[in-house]
Amino acid sequence: MTTTATTERSGTEPASPRRGVRDRGAPRAGGMSLAASISMIVLGAAFVIPLLWVVLAAFDTEASLAVSWPSEWSLGNFQAIWNAETTFRPLTNSLILCGGATLVTMTAAVLCAYPFSRYRFRAKRPLLLTIIFSTGLPITAIMIPVYSLFVRVNLIDSMVGAILFLGASALPYAIFLTKGFIDAVPIQIEESAWTEGAGLLRTLWSVVLPLMRSGLAVATIFTFVGMWGNFFVPFMLLLSPDQLPAAVTLYTFSSQYGQVAYGQLAAFSIFYSLPVVVLYLFMGRSLGTGFAAAGGIKG
Amino acid sequence: MSATATTERPAQATPRKNRRTLGNGLTTRRAVPMVPALVLLLLFMAGPILYSLYLAFTDNAIRGEGAAETSFIGFENFTNAFADDAFWNSVVLTIVFTVVSAVIGQNCLGMLLALLMEKSNRAISFVVTSIVIAAWILPEVVAGYLLYTFFADEGSLNAIITSLGLPPQELLFALPILAVSFANVWRGTAFSMLVYSAALSAIPSDIYESAAIDGAGPVRRFRSVTIPLMRPAIATNLMLITLQTLSVFGLIFIMTGGGPAQRSQTLPLYMYEQAFSYGQLGYGTAVALLLLGIGALASIVYLRLLPEEEKR
Repeated sequence: MTTTATTERSGTEPASPRRGVRDRGAPRAGGMSLAASISMIVLGAAFVIPLLWVVLAAFDTEASLAVSWPSEWSLGNFQAIWNAETTFRPLTNSLILCGGATLVTMTAAVLCAYPFSRYRFRAKRPLLLTIIFSTGLPITAIMIPVYSLFVRVNLIDSMVGAILFLGASALPYAIFLTKGFIDAVPIQIEESAWTEGAGLLRTLWSVVLPLMRSGLAVATIFTFVGMWGNFFVPFMLLLSPDQLPAAVTLYTFSSQYGQVAYGQLAAFSIFYSLPVVVLYLFMGRSLGTGFAAAGGIKG
Repeated sequence: MSATATTERPAQATPRKNRRTLGNGLTTRRAVPMVPALVLLLLFMAGPILYSLYLAFTDNAIRGEGAAETSFIGFENFTNAFADDAFWNSVVLTIVFTVVSAVIGQNCLGMLLALLMEKSNRAISFVVTSIVIAAWILPEVVAGYLLYTFFADEGSLNAIITSLGLPPQELLFALPILAVSFANVWRGTAFSMLVYSAALSAIPSDIYESAAIDGAGPVRRFRSVTIPLMRPAIATNLMLITLQTLSVFGLIFIMTGGGPAQRSQTLPLYMYEQAFSYGQLGYGTAVALLLLGIGALASIVYLRLLPEEEKR
């Protein structure tokens, strides 16, 4: 199969360059495209219903569990949760926790990935394998020993402790991603910086980092988005109500008042989800592609 | 990638002349920037893992026996787990959850969406993929609530199917594991879709053209061209989504709390209940190690799917 493919290609490629262009556009026009579009719409409709619920319910003070058009659009739900205790403090806590942890992760990851990418050393391969393996380590499975250790060293309910743990838990993946990005930066550019006497950190800061800016942005946003949604880690490590991030207060939201105000729950969900949605829109397609390329497909 | 760089290097550059060029050996000074990452990983990852190897063999507890004084009890936690019906119940539920929601659901739906993306109208595929990705980037707890309202008695799904004149479903009570599996498909499909879509676009279109000229239909082309070329992507994706799904906690915790009557209690929820509701930290850690074992086993299976040259 492959041999036929290659001989075929080398035979036709120079002869008719136009044919390839036409073929690429052709499938979109035919009946197959229509069938594909209809299937896409059906799948999209199934996926969109829960999302519609949260948007519609947030503007409906009489919201029920079922998705329905609000009889009267109102900002009442947002007004009801528009206070420090319900909304702003948890969101600030989330920002401190996830922002801090992202900073820890990305700084440590870039510093670690650079020598890792550029120098030869005997433990390189085993170390890389260890990192790849630990990216797959389910953090859920080590939370009990972490909790137990944190109780012993008195780090439980400490924001700094939670930041450091969350930062460390995202590190293997971040190192793996950034190493890939640094590998892709041509080494010749740095060589000239080196011959002119720039040190390692200098080269990293002023030559390599600017060249991998977009990749680094993807990795940073990816790390942050992952942490923003993390529920189990702060749920286990933070206890006092004034330290809890939005992920955990959303869970206690329903149990707090007995009767659940679904409209307010939806409104809070929107506030809480907004940062990651905005970050995603900001990144656009590059988050998807950059991430998929880093998803372990390339070594 | 790095391997090629290092093997090419001695041929190109004159290695003895400029010792300071990159690609040389790692000296102690050059390794200094790696220290923060290594310290963090040792303290917060390796530390807890080693500690769990100790904890799992003790009767460490939050309260009651083993709280004041922890003692070494050998394999008792493991034999207790193997003798506990609730443990086996959650093992079976974990496997059902993983196979239904990850291996079948996310994997196949992600592949389908990636294929449809190539064929369908650009605007439609942009809107639909944006919706699917939105479901993926939403925080876990939000996704849990949204899917709870979707499947609840008075929820969206029942509103739709009763308006069509069909009897309402009560999946959250009748088959909670299926409800949370669907929820995980909803939440996780975008990942597979993105991985497969990237892998599909890396396949040169002239391979398809020549396969078509050789008389291969769409199904044959998918089976004999797409699948073999995408094997590394499929194996990697399956491994990642399996490991991810094995450790899902928040989604199920929010939707059903493991109930009713433990019928959606996967291993992470069982582990949590044992460790914190009953205070048995040692026992919970033993269960966590068994969960890690299942994950490792699955990874080995998937690694075997990788073609030889990818394994290095």
